[in-house]
Amino acid sequence: MIRQLVKNPLSLAGIIILLIFVVIAIFAPLIAPTPDGHLNPYMIPHEGYSPIPQPPSEEHIFGTTEGQYDIFYGVIWGTRSAFQVGLVVIGIVVVIGIILGSLAGYFGGIIDEVIMRITDIFLAFPTLILAMAIVSVLGPSLKSVMIALAVVSWPSYARLIRGDILQVREEDYIEASRGIGASSSRVIIRHALPNAIYPTLVMASLDIGAIVLSAAALSFLGLGAPEGYADWGQLTSFARNWIVGPYGEPLKYWYAVTIPGLFILFFVLGWNLLGDAFRDILDPRLARR
Amino acid sequence: MENLISIRDLTVRFYTYEGVVHAIDDLDLDIRQGETLGIVGETGSGKTMTALAILRLIPYPGRIKSGSIAFFDRDLHSEIELLKLSEDKMRSIRGNKISMVFQEPGAALNPVYTIGNQISEVFLLHQRPELGKRAKEQVDRLLRDGDGLAAGMKRPFWRWQRRLYNKIAQESNPLEPRFLSHLPLFRRLLWRLNHESELLTVDMLKDVEIPDAARVAIHYPHELSGGMKQRAVIAMALACSPELLIADEPTTSLDVTIQAQMLELFRRIKVEKGASILFITHNLGVASEVCDRVAVMYAGSLCEVASVEELFLHPSHPYTRALLDAVPMPGKELQTIPGLLADPLNPPSGCRFHPRCPNAKPVCQQEKAKLKEIGKDHMVACHLF
Amino acid sequence: MNTLMDIRKLKKHFPIVGGVLRRPVGAVKAVDGVSLTIKRGQWLGLVGESGCGKTTLAKTAVRLLKPTSGHIYFDVPDEVKAEIEELEPLGRNNSKLNFLLKENDLATFPGNRVRLFRRRAQLVHQDPFTSLDPRMKIKNIVAEPLTVHRVLSGQARETAVKELLGKVGLSAGQLNRYPHQFSGGQRQRIAIARALATRPEFIVFDEPTSALDVSVQAQILNLLKELKSEFGLTYLYITHELLIAESVCDHIAVMYLGKVVEMAKPEEIFHKPLHPYSQSLVASTPVPDPQRRVGRIVLPGEVPSPANPPPGCTFHPRCSRASQECRELDPALELIDEDHYVACYHPL
Repeated sequence: MIRQLVKNPLSLAGIIILLIFVVIAIFAPLIAPTPDGHLNPYMIPHEGYSPIPQPPSEEHIFGTTEGQYDIFYGVIWGTRSAFQVGLVVIGIVVVIGIILGSLAGYFGGIIDEVIMRITDIFLAFPTLILAMAIVSVLGPSLKSVMIALAVVSWPSYARLIRGDILQVREEDYIEASRGIGASSSRVIIRHALPNAIYPTLVMASLDIGAIVLSAAALSFLGLGAPEGYADWGQLTSFARNWIVGPYGEPLKYWYAVTIPGLFILFFVLGWNLLGDAFRDILDPRLARR
Repeated sequence: MENLISIRDLTVRFYTYEGVVHAIDDLDLDIRQGETLGIVGETGSGKTMTALAILRLIPYPGRIKSGSIAFFDRDLHSEIELLKLSEDKMRSIRGNKISMVFQEPGAALNPVYTIGNQISEVFLLHQRPELGKRAKEQVDRLLRDGDGLAAGMKRPFWRWQRRLYNKIAQESNPLEPRFLSHLPLFRRLLWRLNHESELLTVDMLKDVEIPDAARVAIHYPHELSGGMKQRAVIAMALACSPELLIADEPTTSLDVTIQAQMLELFRRIKVEKGASILFITHNLGVASEVCDRVAVMYAGSLCEVASVEELFLHPSHPYTRALLDAVPMPGKELQTIPGLLADPLNPPSGCRFHPRCPNAKPVCQQEKAKLKEIGKDHMVACHLF
Repeated sequence: MNTLMDIRKLKKHFPIVGGVLRRPVGAVKAVDGVSLTIKRGQWLGLVGESGCGKTTLAKTAVRLLKPTSGHIYFDVPDEVKAEIEELEPLGRNNSKLNFLLKENDLATFPGNRVRLFRRRAQLVHQDPFTSLDPRMKIKNIVAEPLTVHRVLSGQARETAVKELLGKVGLSAGQLNRYPHQFSGGQRQRIAIARALATRPEFIVFDEPTSALDVSVQAQILNLLKELKSEFGLTYLYITHELLIAESVCDHIAVMYLGKVVEMAKPEEIFHKPLHPYSQSLVASTPVPDPQRRVGRIVLPGEVPSPANPPPGCTFHPRCSRASQECRELDPALELIDEDHYVACYHPL
């Protein structure tokens, strides 16, 4: 499968993009060293309080944004936050989804009904609005953003896994396992899930990008990371007032919004390409089987 | 009498990711007029591919590498080389002069259209002139006999219809009705064509012994049983009175008692319609029931072809004999054939059967045997003869 | 105990739900009152067409489906069965009856007893292409029964798996392969090896060769013969091909629409079928002998739906010998000749 991933030029591009981001995230302290005396490396250092963004210069490679926060530092350390948010949320959501989805799908009946009604309730809310509400209640911070996004995303996964389990449940080898005397948990964990998980994996990899986008949106609205936190959404939030420059020079402060935006774009693009590649590889196999 | 189909040196290869699959190798086969030829073989023998090659429906990544398939067209009184025809001309032969019945009737029928609809489609595709003629007769009658105020108002309309159907009756697919059938209001003009084809459809369903044909025609495939579906598919195939009917394991998915009915139907079709039937099966019993001649194939090569009495009374090729021995019969020991079926990616050299043959000689590994006549209407490809 | 499996008046109905409130509006009577006994060491063939209920009967007999009513006694002494029969008319509230049933009747076994039963009886599925988990290596597939029942471990387990694969004709070098790398016949062998893992006494085969070629089928049938004599197994063999049953089984039961209509030795069924349905089944079965074409008895009509079986004898609408009695009353399976049972008012 790795071979197939590398063969496709699009998926190769996706992998390379993600690898670059991984390297940036790991070596963040080296690439953008925290100035001495600065306590929390995730808070962007700022010299001065001038609200006008400064263009890229020798000192600030990508320039500064409103409040003199260094954009370069912000996007580099923001990579770490992006990975954090994406992986943690997806991790939680997939686990909850698998547990509830397989219970609902395998056992059916009243368990299925109850779980599906609960997911219905969650799905009835528009996702971003519900996330905003949750973050407002919990107080804006990256942690509450993660909790909110997890709460909002898990129902789709439960549904997806339930559907796949329903399909796999009817296969002969499941019945054969029961015929051997395997317990339900063994059948689900050892047989049903490994065969049903692939569409979920595809959706999860596509979703990481979407989660980061949603987190950025929440931060942009001021409902995410605290002010000055190294988060891409935060950076774009600072650039809110500077998207269009003064009359005659509309693109004067382009760096303030474009650079964090580009980082978001490429991050999401990388995950999307990877997810697409997964789907292309796994789909023909699913069909060929 | 000319052979209906003459296949010479047919080679079909599949160019897959894992390698080249030899589906058919240098096949020589004749289908005579008015006979039921059976092709018997196991998986990988190439029997289905032969049928698909005749209709040029070999799926990608397969290709007909070489060979010729000559088809003697009764209407044109001449031989046509099927492999050299353009796709257009080939389309006019498929379903019309040569048609096919597939194994799974449920899969061959489109679930969102009624049975009648699907059979009508065949008429509408291939028999437009005939339908146009009939429709024109209807309209002529209306113009003659219709009187009264309402008729007076409809008269110009009918006259226009008659002109339309005249055109259809002369050419098979003229531009005007083709154009009209896409415009919403004018589509109704062709209604009479559909009506005529529906009448022919019901006749066809009655022909294949479907009870209460008019009512069945408005049913959907999922509302019918397996046997009825297969009959409907056969009706589709016979709609244009083809000269060759290819049946690819048509009774394999049916129950034994329904299968007996189907085989009876096939026997009747051959007699009544004068069509030749190419009957593909893996079941030797079925072959002996319904075929006049039987060809046995293994791993893409023809082993033996003989009349049905000759084949079952004097099986000569070692594979044929082994196959007959492996058929379970009460009171008989089951003889197995040692080894596994030939790997299509890497078939044995020379005679494809030699690794499993009890009578293999050194020459069998080096070259394939040619078809030799060893008796009355009995040909074998084996070095033993 | 000579009788290994004793099935009495087994019924399996699948409810049809309809309407807005999803009430049961009817039932598909897949198995409608079947009584069979299988003796130890016997090879019983169950023959019938599609829809006759043979697969449902097979799966219910090993409790993969829960019976609607009836008893399944697996290796139960006659005295116990007699006692249960005595107590039954007294009503289901009898605690002694319930206790006996829970202990002996497979139809009412609780979960843990079913699990124990699974060590002694196994089912081999029809389609070798879907009955093996495509994500598991075959060594794990074959070892799974051992894992589930916690029999053997480590090195001993691996040796057992190698031995089982060897018995079905596969080499130990293929242990780490996946099912899709094998042919249909080989996959069926793997399924058979898995069935033998816990050394069962009773194996049910659900049309094991219908998806395979003729030559492969012959190999599998011979393998089954060898295994049966080597391990002293008892087989219940489901098939729709009468020829196979006649060739390898020592007893045949013919099913039609949820009931057994005839039961006898293969030679009897082949040469002297007494039930009109069996007769037409034998006559409709094509044999590779061009001289046996004449005298075909083609049954009119179609098999009725098991959701709506005809009253009385289920075969009467298609039977040429049907009388008024046949239309009203359902004939029971009776001993007509030596070891030859028929359920018909007008046997041939």
